[in-house]
Amino acid sequence: MISLAGRDILHSWSKFVLTGLGLGLLIGATLTMAGVYRGMVDDAEVLLQNSGADLWVVQKDTLGPYAEPSSLPDDLYRGILALPGVAQAANVTYLTMQVRKGDTDVRAMVVGFKPGQPGAPGFLTSGRQITRSHYEAVADQMTRFKVGDRIRIRRQDYTVVGITRRMVSSGGDPMVFIPLKDAQEAQFLKDNDAIVAGRARNAANPALNRPGVPGLLDAINASQTSNHSVNAVLVKVAEGQDPTTVAQTIRRWKHLQAYDRKEMEDILIAKLIATAAKQIGMFLAILAIVSAAIVAFIIYTLTLGKIREIAVLKLIGTQNRTIASMILQQALGLGVIGFLVGKVAATLWAPAFPKYVLLLPGDAVWGFIIMMAVCALASTVAIRAALNVDPATAIGG
Amino acid sequence: MNLPFSRKTIIYASVALGLAVLGWVVLNSGPMAPIRVTVARVTRKEVAPALFGIGTVEARRAFLIGPTAPARVRALYVDVGDRVRTGQLLADLDPVDLDARVVSSAAASERGRSTVVTAEAQLRDALKRRDLARLEAQRHLDLARGGIVSQSLLDAKLLERTSAESLVTAAEATLSAAGKDLERLSADLGGQRKQRNSLRLFATGAGRVTSREAEPGSTVIAGQAVLRLEDPDSLWVTVRLDQDRSAGLKAGLPAEIVLRSRPNQSFPGHVARVEPISDSITEERIARVTFDAIPPGTTTHEMADTTIRIPPTPQALTVPNASLRSLGAKRGVWVRAGGRLRFAPVQVGAEGADGDVEILQGLKEGDEVLVYSERDLEVDDKVRVVKSLEGRRR
Repeated sequence: MISLAGRDILHSWSKFVLTGLGLGLLIGATLTMAGVYRGMVDDAEVLLQNSGADLWVVQKDTLGPYAEPSSLPDDLYRGILALPGVAQAANVTYLTMQVRKGDTDVRAMVVGFKPGQPGAPGFLTSGRQITRSHYEAVADQMTRFKVGDRIRIRRQDYTVVGITRRMVSSGGDPMVFIPLKDAQEAQFLKDNDAIVAGRARNAANPALNRPGVPGLLDAINASQTSNHSVNAVLVKVAEGQDPTTVAQTIRRWKHLQAYDRKEMEDILIAKLIATAAKQIGMFLAILAIVSAAIVAFIIYTLTLGKIREIAVLKLIGTQNRTIASMILQQALGLGVIGFLVGKVAATLWAPAFPKYVLLLPGDAVWGFIIMMAVCALASTVAIRAALNVDPATAIGG
Repeated sequence: MNLPFSRKTIIYASVALGLAVLGWVVLNSGPMAPIRVTVARVTRKEVAPALFGIGTVEARRAFLIGPTAPARVRALYVDVGDRVRTGQLLADLDPVDLDARVVSSAAASERGRSTVVTAEAQLRDALKRRDLARLEAQRHLDLARGGIVSQSLLDAKLLERTSAESLVTAAEATLSAAGKDLERLSADLGGQRKQRNSLRLFATGAGRVTSREAEPGSTVIAGQAVLRLEDPDSLWVTVRLDQDRSAGLKAGLPAEIVLRSRPNQSFPGHVARVEPISDSITEERIARVTFDAIPPGTTTHEMADTTIRIPPTPQALTVPNASLRSLGAKRGVWVRAGGRLRFAPVQVGAEGADGDVEILQGLKEGDEVLVYSERDLEVDDKVRVVKSLEGRRR
């Protein structure tokens, strides 16, 4: 049996392919939008994954350290380390800021970490891990820093010694890892003018600058320029221990907030990126509807363009079923071409996006199924139009 | 009839091509692609660790010069930056009534000396009188034995003797008291003079004046510094080193000091002392590093980045530190053997400044370990070994 659809396509294949190509780019945009959404969620997930922690211990009654500010004394981790079921506990600080390199700056999340402990960069793509206890940094490749670069964080210069990847904040900012002590200082350090003004303010305060107590002012000034706070303590539980139980112990006996992986995911995805994700989701929905509408219109106009040929077919006694299957096949064919082009296009342009775009195979499969359904649905309108055509148009028109 | 067939072939061929492109794209990018990694061999080489700490330049010998009692500053004879020698007069404090009290003490002490002279004269007189009384008493005893003098006269003479002897004792006591009194008054005078001298501030060591804490006219309390001195030849660096990265720190190790004011210059030095008390709050150890030659123009309290060189471990089994990974709560490396990945927990030793880590246990020479990877690895991950991960963004 002759394939009517195939013959028709071959008859005007360039038109068909170009239409498919255009459609494909539109589908590519839709898939990319889905990828942007997935990327946002993935940014939040890798943040948790790469921190290498089972538990996040933060200030009581806060959703820290990512969704809310949290501040803890930096000697608290010792008490946590002594609890049963805790294998590792390490201080960590997070501070989103502009990191300068030469005349340019990059928005980055500066992470203060202890080497070899949770919170440290788990893997590198080049360079080495930090070996000095100050002024060395490991940067995410999204910062576009290279090994050997000198970068400036607040008042200190750091040497980039290693590069890693997919170490991002929940907002997608690349991370720069520096030793904990430096980060504590960077987080707290005021500019020199503020320090000098602060000293003058202390000296003007008669309660602090007492004539009978020399040295008091110096002691107060010294205590005001040191920082013993961190944002969170990352805890890794011992093998075979249940993180939830350990979290309960910390909450009960240490009077701190402790979140396990599941709770942290909820905080990040349900609270932190919720609005942004809904925004993208809304846009994705509209884009999907627009794509479906365009597919329907294209198939409809394609069919209307062949209305005379269909009339001829009817005139020569072709069965309705044959005509319907021709239109359906063409619609599905268009869908397949569009999907292939869209998928390839999305895959090729995804890495060029400034933030991470994650194209999941599952999404692609769903996209394909929806695409086919939309094409089939759209073709019914066209089929109705084709079947209603009066065979007389073939001669009359 | 040939044409439609070939067209059909074209359709099939293009569909197949399209699927192949899709398949290639899916398998080579995105989550299903193999993870690209680089590998390295476990080799034997020298591991040269270095400890890095931030320090401040301080003077080993610093002096706070101030009074031992509250006083008002009258005059300062030196200014900041002046070099002083040991014993040099630096400042005078206002004595208020101290000079008058010294004069009064001196007069009292003179009077005490006169009292001693008087007491000595009285003692001499009493001794003579006692001798005479004894003689008289003896004579009357002899006469009384012959019945020449009456008993009552003898009794009177014996009483005279006893009385004269008591007078001697009294004069001796008076003299001793006068002596003690003089001693007290002299000591008082000495004390007043010392106190007066303590209002003159002298340099207790050679050095340089670093600050004038009080100007003439201001009142200072006991122990408060009026001047601060530092010996510029005794500058050293107090270095703070992370406790968990300070293995091998000991006195005598060579060090390189980079002053913040001269970031491109490194000055040699060595560890003079490791402080016996560490800081438990900041979790740091404190070491004193001396310059081999103190750079001219060095100021105290300047920041100094200090690198201390630990003697290298020769021929250690090493891997790059980027290959150390965590799997669960374990630290180890991914070993590639027979095309499969295996996580090998290791025990690490010294870490070199260039990123080489000594492996004490868990690997053997020639093992192939993963160094860089595109993401953290799990046990059943597919990997593809490449030369380098640089230059390609995904």
